[in-house]
Amino acid sequence: MKSTRKAYGEFLESIGANEDVVVLDADLASATKTDMFQKKYPERDIDVGIAEQDLVGTACGLALSGKTVFASTFAMFMAGRAYDQIRNTAAYSHVNVNLCATHAGVMVGEDGPTHQCIEDVALMNVVPTMKVFSPADDISTKKILSLCMKEDGPKYIRLGRSDVEDIYDESYEFKLGGSHTFGDGKDGTIFAYGPTVSIALNAQKDLANEGINVRVVDLYSIKPVDKEAIIKCAKETERLVSIEDHSVIGGIGSIIANVLCESYPKKLEKIGIQDRFGKSGSAKAVYEYFGLTKENIENKFKKI
Amino acid sequence: MDVSKLESIAKNIRRDIIDMVYNAKSGHPGGALSCTDILVALYHDKMNLNLDENGQRIDKFILSKGHAAPAYYAVLSSVGFIPHEDLKTLRKIDSYLEGHPTNKINGVDVSSGSLGQGLSIANGMALAKKLDKKEGYVYCLLGDGEIEEGQIWEACMTANKYKLNNVIAFLDYNKLQIDGNILDVKSVDKLEEKFSSFGWNVQTINGHDFNEILSSIDKAKLSSEPNIIIANTIKGKGVSFMENVASWHGKAPNDEEYKKAMEELSK
Repeated sequence: MKSTRKAYGEFLESIGANEDVVVLDADLASATKTDMFQKKYPERDIDVGIAEQDLVGTACGLALSGKTVFASTFAMFMAGRAYDQIRNTAAYSHVNVNLCATHAGVMVGEDGPTHQCIEDVALMNVVPTMKVFSPADDISTKKILSLCMKEDGPKYIRLGRSDVEDIYDESYEFKLGGSHTFGDGKDGTIFAYGPTVSIALNAQKDLANEGINVRVVDLYSIKPVDKEAIIKCAKETERLVSIEDHSVIGGIGSIIANVLCESYPKKLEKIGIQDRFGKSGSAKAVYEYFGLTKENIENKFKKI
Repeated sequence: MDVSKLESIAKNIRRDIIDMVYNAKSGHPGGALSCTDILVALYHDKMNLNLDENGQRIDKFILSKGHAAPAYYAVLSSVGFIPHEDLKTLRKIDSYLEGHPTNKINGVDVSSGSLGQGLSIANGMALAKKLDKKEGYVYCLLGDGEIEEGQIWEACMTANKYKLNNVIAFLDYNKLQIDGNILDVKSVDKLEEKFSSFGWNVQTINGHDFNEILSSIDKAKLSSEPNIIIANTIKGKGVSFMENVASWHGKAPNDEEYKKAMEELSK
């Protein structure tokens, strides 16, 4: 068990000896876990204070000068507050910058709706040329960040606050536009990304015990998304369900629906945050409140 | 370079600006004409446009007030980055000369146009130079209306924190913005005190006097603090009927106005 933000911090520390690496923060180093890098390489840690627009601009200036740049703040303040800077400076200038947004989704918990960004996938997905990733565990976070260092242009990496179960081992590879499918059940597919992948895998186990065989697809590359995997599952399985810690408007459910609509029209049930704000509470309580649970997934298949 | 030579180049640039905006039938002549002399001083005298061993320009420039694109493109053309005949294609569907700067254009390092963003980018470039112990300066041109954007002041604090004395920013202080006099729109006043209290080295000059522009850059290079050069300018400078008229912020001259403007700039 480890949070993806912690995995991010460990990754930065592991590549820190590379003198081209510069890490930026906006007064949240202890929360985004960049403090591990900060302690070891203070000269290459830039903290611009509580100024997220300045954060993205400064990050872009460094990246345009050839630096390998990781900029971090909470998803709310990255995708929300600095949207224009991300669109007009990072993306339009095709800046090779890694925008690592932690505390995404209602998983933030107690801090409540102002800090629970449930729109960032939608916001980043719509930015022309932006690449969007959401790792599900420790190893996938590190592998996806390694991938991002090789990919040109702006990248948005969505990370979470709470610990999540370990899913992957070192044998898994991650690629732009890729996904990982667990199982080959024909009764249905659960599409997930980030923290909902482990929830989906737990639902998969329970359903199998009841004779319902579903597969789980981790769409870690949100943009570009793995269209082939989506269409394949639509063709091969009975029911389709998506689950995400994000608004159902513009999230992975919408992205999958777009793919299906163009290529293989089929009903999709979307689990996520409806058109409303989040809620304070423990991460577990909030997930239960919004139905981001294995039980909710299981019910979708049982009510056939 | 001899000041009279710079003045003559600036006159050509102003003709190009009028020509471009007239042909495009849209654009921003007022603020392009006000910053022309600063751009000419930078590109024809002060900036080292050579690349270092990593392919990075030794001196960098960011047009934070991106709507002055006609002046920027004309100046880039005058130093060989853009073919002169391309200038007339500004804002046309088959042209690469977009309405606001994009780094797809030779010589442009970063896109701009959404106001308030250039100074942070300049800071990032200046930080990279500091980290790599590289020579050179990062120049940034700000509009006076533009500093109503909060991000500018975020960037001012960052530059002060990291003592980015390799940042030399110009403020094109023409005192007008789209909705009128900047003091009527917002309290853009006490600028020397504002920047000074943010820890910047402040100079105030006549932005149409080449001697003052050039010497202000020399002085800025001696500073241990980030630099702002407040350049008093005239919106629409060089075309009598455009000077100090806010409505020339963002419109093209008609046939008659075009003819008159070009005549004035040919004298």
